[in-house]
Amino acid sequence: MAEKQLMKGNEVIGEAAIRAGCRYFFGYPITPQNDIPAYMARELPKYDGVFLQAESEVAASNMVYGAAGAGARVLTSSSSPGISLKAEGISYIAGAELPCVIVNIMRGGPGLGSIQPSQSDYFQATKGMAHGDFHLIVYAPSNVQELADLTFKAFNVADQYRTPVMVIGDGMLGQMMEPVEFMEPIDPDELPKKEWATDGAKGREKNVINSLALDPRDLEILNERLQDKYKEIKAQEVMYDEYKMEDAEMAVVAYGTSARIATKAIDMAREAGIKAGLFRPITLYPFPEQELAATTEKIEQYLTVEMSAGQMLEDVRLAVEGRRPIEFYGRMGGMVPETDAILNKLQEMRGE
Amino acid sequence: MNEEVIMAGFGGQGVMSIGQLLAYSGMKAKLEVSWMPSYGPEMRGGTANCTVIVASEKIPSPLTTHPNSVIVMNLPSQTKFVPKVKEQGLVVKNSSLIDEKIERDDLTIIEVPANEIAEELGNTRVANMVMLGAYIAEKEIIDLDIVKNSLANVLPERHHGLIPLNEKALDRGYNLVKEPASV
Amino acid sequence: MMEKVASYPDSLTEKKFHYCPGCTHGIVHRLVAEIMDEMGIKEETIGVAPVGCSVLAYDYFDCDMHEASHGRAPAVATGIKRVHPDKMVFTYQGDGDLASIGTAEIVHAANRGENITTVFINNAIYGMTGGQMAPTTLEGQKTTTSPYGRNLKEAGNPIRMTEMLSVLDGPAFIARVSVHDPKHIRQAKKALRKAFRLQKEGKGFTMIEVLSTCPTNWGIKPQESLEWLEEYMMPVYPLDVYKDIEEVE
Ligand SMILES: Cc1ncc(C[n+]2csc(CCOP(=O)(O)OP(=O)(O)O)c2C)c(N)n1
Ligand code: SF4
Ligand SMILES: [Mg+2]
Repeated sequence: MAEKQLMKGNEVIGEAAIRAGCRYFFGYPITPQNDIPAYMARELPKYDGVFLQAESEVAASNMVYGAAGAGARVLTSSSSPGISLKAEGISYIAGAELPCVIVNIMRGGPGLGSIQPSQSDYFQATKGMAHGDFHLIVYAPSNVQELADLTFKAFNVADQYRTPVMVIGDGMLGQMMEPVEFMEPIDPDELPKKEWATDGAKGREKNVINSLALDPRDLEILNERLQDKYKEIKAQEVMYDEYKMEDAEMAVVAYGTSARIATKAIDMAREAGIKAGLFRPITLYPFPEQELAATTEKIEQYLTVEMSAGQMLEDVRLAVEGRRPIEFYGRMGGMVPETDAILNKLQEMRGE
Repeated sequence: MNEEVIMAGFGGQGVMSIGQLLAYSGMKAKLEVSWMPSYGPEMRGGTANCTVIVASEKIPSPLTTHPNSVIVMNLPSQTKFVPKVKEQGLVVKNSSLIDEKIERDDLTIIEVPANEIAEELGNTRVANMVMLGAYIAEKEIIDLDIVKNSLANVLPERHHGLIPLNEKALDRGYNLVKEPASV
Repeated sequence: MMEKVASYPDSLTEKKFHYCPGCTHGIVHRLVAEIMDEMGIKEETIGVAPVGCSVLAYDYFDCDMHEASHGRAPAVATGIKRVHPDKMVFTYQGDGDLASIGTAEIVHAANRGENITTVFINNAIYGMTGGQMAPTTLEGQKTTTSPYGRNLKEAGNPIRMTEMLSVLDGPAFIARVSVHDPKHIRQAKKALRKAFRLQKEGKGFTMIEVLSTCPTNWGIKPQESLEWLEEYMMPVYPLDVYKDIEEVE
């Protein structure tokens, strides 16, 4: 493996994408993800790639639609308000079954909100991105190394399933620096040819990239195919991580930045004699439903921690199915939960 | 070992750079590290700070509520961060710019006339390095040589000509703690 | 050349501007506020604040203010004006806001002859987000997203919104001004006053493009930024009145 580098999360996304063979970036400035487009503007020309600052996020997501349809590995990144505008293009990309990678470095909302870290786009990412019955695969890294690995993986998985994949982080993960080692670079010219792409119908039947089906039965067939794909994704692509769960009696369920803060609270709880552990979804869609459900055998109480009003909480409830009590601790608007507060909550739940 | 330090000052005083330098040095010393900045337009002319964690084990959270140490370059930073320092913790204070006394008596306080020393060296912009040098000497978690060797990794290439000056500034801060008499 | 030091405009709040030293946003705020004072319209004006460095304009103008999402101020202003056609409505927008993400909204508000006034701050950069290329960025100008200098082949040309909009039939008055010295500040105020007056008379859409500085993201000192504006921006963005229905009538 190559030497470790100390890099900012946002720049790591750019580097990992380039190593995954991505040569096209379309985006629009927004804090706190601006280092991603700046990195791509600086680096892509060195690979004969294309960096284009679009006139808006609506335009950027439709440029991604075109580039993905044309067969390229393509990246776009934004932060919450910008993702709302990208929703249009993303729905078309999902409908036309195209691969692409979308990064959301979340900030506080709703509306213009704040630029501080937040996790309040969970619903949007996993359930309600835009119109239509579709899902994104959603990766939620919680450290810079994972950010590199999952961004890299996102391109492969997107191509494999012909589906848009989102890497979701927050301002904190994007801005922080940690040591990172990258995968060996992929040469985009050596990737398998996409037979369905619009690259000129030379000596073959023409290809059409499309999400329109005027006959409802045709559209239903497309939707059935999408649902089959999601079933397969649920069976194959779930990722999660556990920390000190072997002998735990209480589990904190948290992802991304919240999970890191919770880890520290768990260490403190253990020092105070509470057997706590962490269950951390890495894929938010597909959610590690069965894996979490399996923990109800041993875990007596759950605490979900998020930087939101409680969005993943709903998936935790669905997985636990009322078998155990679930409490919630969250901060909103760009406030970051403090370890002490999580510890207090655990102690309170323990009746201490 | 788990060292959590916050470095704070005016935008432009270089607190982000010494934070990155410490993190880079920690990585070279085969320790776990993280660097987390405050960010956003509120930093326009205002205060900037970053949190660096250097640890022998995996770092759970890149943030800290109660740092072991703080390096404060100006008064607003002292006012904001000194109350948060762990009991018996360390404060490295830029005495060139901060007159105000620190009320707590449990802390180790190192007063560094960083701007004056930097001026003697001919460039006030290396006041940050003087501060870091003093911190390194007091904490002894990473060798000063590793820190010096990391300058080239952290400073933008156009400033590599200034590495010797930065090394001198690190030395001055370091010696202030190690050999107070000679300074 | 001595300027009479005008008293602090009543139409500004006491709140201190957060703008960087040498930024001309503050000057333009003041001009707009002075006009509101002089016309006595503070209590019948609704301003629309953009997303950009002037996002906090709602804190500074002491009249009713409305936030808009990025680029949509003309649409928000349209909504307000249609509800209150007898009130004065203005938008205050940057070049990223108006000339990039908000091109559709500004073109159609202008084309409808929407009876509002737009104050358009062209500083050739995205200030708020830390210095990315704007559609108005000059050829060769370095920004964080044009690190090798703006390349016209890839990033297109500096966009001249004033010229573009002035060929539409809807607008009543469109001019480009600058605020880099006292003489130009006086001319800018004159143009702004006329725009507000025409709105008051119900003449239709008015827009004043103001060439402005952003020393922070241009990476130069405040004084140099005034010189840079004059030397490099003015040739690309010539000052003039581009549309004036009073000249036609
Ligand atoms: C949908 C959306 N995209 C992006 C942003 C981020 N953003 C905030 S201000 C801004 C550009 C500001 O530039 P400009 O309009 O030129 O105003 P200036 O700061 O230069 O005065 C951008 C892209 C946002 N708030 N919302
Ligand atoms: S960043 Fe530029 S536009 Fe924004 S306040 Fe500072 S000088 Fe003005
Ligand atoms: Mg601008």
